[in-house]
Parts: sequence; C-alpha cells; structure tokens
Amino acid sequence: MNERKHVLKIRGLDVSFKTSAGMVHAVRGVDLDLFEGETLAIVGESGSGKSVTVKTVMGIRASNETVNAGSVEFTYHDGEKEVTEDLVKLSGKEMRKRIKGKRIAMVFQDPMTSLDPTMTIGKQIMEGMRYHYKTPKAEAFQRAVELLKEVGIEDAEKRMKNYPHQLSGGMRQRVVIAIALACKPQLLICDEPTTALDVTVQAKILELIQDIQKRTGIAVIYITHDLGVVAKIADYVNVMYAGKIVESGTVDDIFYEPRHPYTWGLLSSMPDLDTTDEKLYTIPGSPPNLLHPVKGDAFAPRNEYAMAIDFEEEPPMFTINSHHKAATWLLHPQAPKVEMPEQLKKRIDAMMKGGR
Amino acid sequence: MEAAEKQPLLKVEHLKQYFKVSKTFTVKAVDDISFDIFPGETYGLVGESGSGKSTTGRSVIRLYDPTDGTITFNGENITGKLSAAQEKMLRTKMQMIFQDPMASLNPREKVIDIIAQGLDVHHLYKNQAERRDKVYRMLERVGLSHEHANRYPHQFSGGQRQRIGIARALIMNPDLVIADEAISALDVSIQAQVVNLMKDIQKETGCAYLFIAHDLSMVKYISDRIGVLHLGHLVETGTKDEIFENPVHPYTKSLLSAIPHTNPRVEKHRKALVYDYAKSGIHYENGTRHLVDGTHYVLATDEEFATWTAQKGALES
Repeated sequence: MNERKHVLKIRGLDVSFKTSAGMVHAVRGVDLDLFEGETLAIVGESGSGKSVTVKTVMGIRASNETVNAGSVEFTYHDGEKEVTEDLVKLSGKEMRKRIKGKRIAMVFQDPMTSLDPTMTIGKQIMEGMRYHYKTPKAEAFQRAVELLKEVGIEDAEKRMKNYPHQLSGGMRQRVVIAIALACKPQLLICDEPTTALDVTVQAKILELIQDIQKRTGIAVIYITHDLGVVAKIADYVNVMYAGKIVESGTVDDIFYEPRHPYTWGLLSSMPDLDTTDEKLYTIPGSPPNLLHPVKGDAFAPRNEYAMAIDFEEEPPMFTINSHHKAATWLLHPQAPKVEMPEQLKKRIDAMMKGGR
Repeated sequence: MEAAEKQPLLKVEHLKQYFKVSKTFTVKAVDDISFDIFPGETYGLVGESGSGKSTTGRSVIRLYDPTDGTITFNGENITGKLSAAQEKMLRTKMQMIFQDPMASLNPREKVIDIIAQGLDVHHLYKNQAERRDKVYRMLERVGLSHEHANRYPHQFSGGQRQRIGIARALIMNPDLVIADEAISALDVSIQAQVVNLMKDIQKETGCAYLFIAHDLSMVKYISDRIGVLHLGHLVETGTKDEIFENPVHPYTKSLLSAIPHTNPRVEKHRKALVYDYAKSGIHYENGTRHLVDGTHYVLATDEEFATWTAQKGALES
C-alpha cells in the first residue's frame, strides 16, 4: 500500500454558538483524518454537529459562532510546493482568496438555494475560474462546457445559457457539482447533496461522485444520515453524536463490527428491504440539548448498556486496531463483556454471507 | 387473502386530476388511476416527485375537485357535489397527516386547541371537561403527556410535532388516514419511532392508511399493498411481496434498484438500473391494466406485457 497522505487533519475542534438562551456547545472536541483520494462519510442525527464541523473547515461561520479550540490542518499543492495551513487561523479574506472554492469546494443540500437564480449556469461555473485563476473568458467557457459534459449534462453548449429554474432538481445538483469542480479543488465536501432528490436521481448523483473521484483522485467528505448511501460511497466512516465522534473506522468496521452502542442503534433502526420484523428498533429518547453542559457520556441516558461510569466521566477514544476506534466505556479492559444486540448480529451475519 | 372478500373502504376508479395552466396547456397530474383500500390495511403510494402521488391523496380527500372518475368511500360516492351528510362523513372519517409538521400546525394556537379543532367544528363534546379529556387521552396515546397540551408548536421537536399532527388526525376516529410524506422531514431514528406509533395505532383502532412516500424501504416496512406511480399513471400495484419480489414494470425495477442497500460489500459494486421514459418507447396512455397474479396489476400494452413477463425475475439484486 502506498503511503497515505493527509489532506485534512482536525484536532480537538471545539465550536460553540451564542444564542439568546445561552451558549450552545455544538462541537465538543472532534478529531478527524482524511487522506488523499479517499472518501470519508460523517453520519449522525441532525444537531450532532456534522454540518458545523465541515462548515468550520470551509470557513463558513455564523456571526454568533466561536471556535474555542482546535486546529484544522489542510495540506494542498500550490504548483510544485506542498503547503500545510491551519485554516482556523486564517482570516475570512485569506480563506476567500486562497482556499474557498479554489482548494476546498462544497456541495450543499438544496441545489435551488445554492444556485443564483439571476445568473446563467454557464456564468456561475465560470465565475470561480475567472476569480481565482484569472482564466481568459473563452478558455473558461470551454472548460465550463467540458465540466457540464463531465457531470453528464447533454447539449452542454446550449445549457450554458440556461437559468437554474429551467433545469430539473437532478440537473441542478449536477451543475452545483460542476461549479465545485471548476477550480480543481483537492477536497470536495458534500453536505447531504442528495437528501432533497428522488431515489433514482440520488443513485445517479452518487455514481457521478464516485466516478469523478476515480478520475481525479479528489478527497471527499460526505455528510449524510442515510446508511445506505454510506455503504455505497464511503471508504471511512465517522459516527457523530452530540458534537463528538463516537466511532470511526473503515466502512467494513462500522457495518460489520460496530462497537459503540449508538452505532448499533443506528444500524438496527434502519429498515432494509429484508426487514420483516413486526417492530422497527428505535433508539429510545432524543439527543441531548447541547445548551446544557454534558456530564459523562452524552449517549448514556439513551443507552441500555450504560454503566455507572457513563454518567460520571466521558469515555476516551479506545483504539481497537489501527483503523478502528470507538469512544465507549464498554471497551475498557475492566468493563463487562457486552455483545451487540442479537438481532443486529443476525443481520450482519446475513450480510457477510453476501445476501442483500 | 381474506381482505379480498371484504368490501373496500375506499375505491378509486379511473381518477383523473387535470390542472389547466393556460388556454393551451393542461397538466395531467393524475391520469386514469384505479386502486382499492380495504379496512385496516395500509396502502403505500410511491413515486418520484411530480408523479402525482400527493395530488392523488389530495383528490381523494377532496382538497381538489377531481376532473373525472369516481371515488367511493364507505359506500358513498364522494365525487361531485357533496350533500351535507356526505360532507360531514368525509370530513370526520377521512383525515390527513402532512409532511412538514412545522408548517401544518398553527404557530399561534396551543396544542390543545390544535388537536381539538375537529371536535370543535363538528360539536363532538358536551362540555369543556369532555373536550379536555379527549385531547389528554389522545396525547397519551401518541406518547406525549398532559403538560404538553398548553404549549405551542414551536416548543416541540420535529418528532413530537408530528405526533401532534397524528393526534389531530386520530381524535376524529377516522376510518382512513392519508399520510402525505408524514415521516420524510424527520430524522432516521425519529422516523422509526413515528412509524412504530402509526402501526400501534392501526392495531388498536383498525384504521386504514394511505401512506404516500418516496422512501421505498419505509414503504415496504409499513405497507400491506403498494402502488407505484409515474408521471400520473399507476404503473404497477400489488402486495408488497408481489412488488418487491417480482417487479414487472421497468420503472418499478429501476426504482427498486436505486435504493441503496446497507451492505457495503454489495453496494460498492452495484449500479442502479436506468429508466428513461422518453427513450424507452413505452407510452403509458396506450397501456391497459394487466393482471399478473393475485392482486398484482401492471400497466402495459399486450406486447409489452408479454415481453416483461417473459424476463421475469431478471432484476439482479
């Protein structure tokens, strides 16, 4: 195996929001590694802090947001040079000039709100190239047409003059992806890009992202709450809960050997096409309100395997092997041995045998 | 099937719902669809956006005036002009749960008034105490408590709000509840909670659901029978096993193949089947209902039906 090169290295990221009700501690110490040419999926419920984490990477900050601690080290190639910078320390202006859209691009959930309705799509694709690289207009136009073809839009030249409202939802998201790729970024962040789309369109967009990655070797962070999507595209998975990463590993680790009770819950509550049980498994209760400080393990109140220590002290990340880590006291050498739920085990066994 | 001998609760025959956009252009949102719902069962309606699934739900509950066709509910024809008695029956016995629980609850009303609105309109209580009791009982049934009655919708989470929406629909003791994408706006773990609640309530009260959704795995889980809509046509309908085990129509096949499986080993190398109506050479207008077996129907012309059934089971998983 080749040496894996870091693209992104986040250490101890801690973000809070000041609201009228008090400080909301949205991200509470996130460590994250992303290597060249790989896809990392971040899974979690809404409010778990997954969007806030990547928006901090992208330098999109709300006016009431403060980054309390942590570093976001981003490595990129500037010509021949390899540069590593801490993105948290960069000012908004520097981010805009050197990073945003140029080296890190982002695809958002709703293509209708992320495109400018008053500009032709051609102009929107060319905008980034014109701004960052001062590409001459004719050249930028050619490249935009190529990009549109690349993302699977037919009649690219004619489409250049279209406005977003003239396109279907799936086409719009393809245009957004074309815009993101226009400046040849090293990192593409996809924040639930298919949630607003139909399943048939979703499948095509996912295949497109996979295809682009194969061709360009770009690193991708993919945020979703759909485990089916994760299974399709991810190499590595981070499971987030209440502002922390509770389990991280390869896609096989997470799907076939999950260790954290929250991951067990997530996997069990997914109805797959073979579910025939009378009742869907549900994780009891709801996620904690991060307005209040969390004591012990944030998941403890919803965790049927919780031990006394879970309510007292926060579990550290336990390393299971070189690529698999989980933050649960159940992995402590002195903890009682707890197996994953019987039902989930059966399901995983069935999956391993190569069923559906 | 025992359900087949029962009288259908809802019978939709050749329903058409057109919207006239301009003098020369009419949108045929729903074009000649027929299906039945039996008492106590769940009928899932799936399709992509723009396929007319929401329109169907809204026509059935008469939020729209159907262009053509007949809808029979509880033995009464509810198309055309309704008599006062029919209107009352329809507005109490058929209820709806909407997609966005924030937009469908009046932000300026307390939960108790939201839930009791149907009772108020139809004068279904003798005094305030009875009204309150009914609401409290309903709140408990959907997993909320008495204290919640005097709060406002914004004080609840998405899942709780959808429970309020369910309580509002069920307080009328409906025979049929139309759930229009009722869980699409919720988080995965909350979706499971709401679906379980809907199933529990169905067991208790024996109401039927028309469950409209685009999430096929959830539809398979909750439905007894499924109808697949595309471009306003019901291309295939049958029990969930008939649809999932033996899809006949190419559109159904592509829809099924588009669902990502939660098994990375399989999913990594699977490509979804592509279905392009414009290029497929299929014209839904020419198709007629063909019986595959049991309650399994597919929309096709005679030749199409012959070729599709010949390649039975060709869907690779």
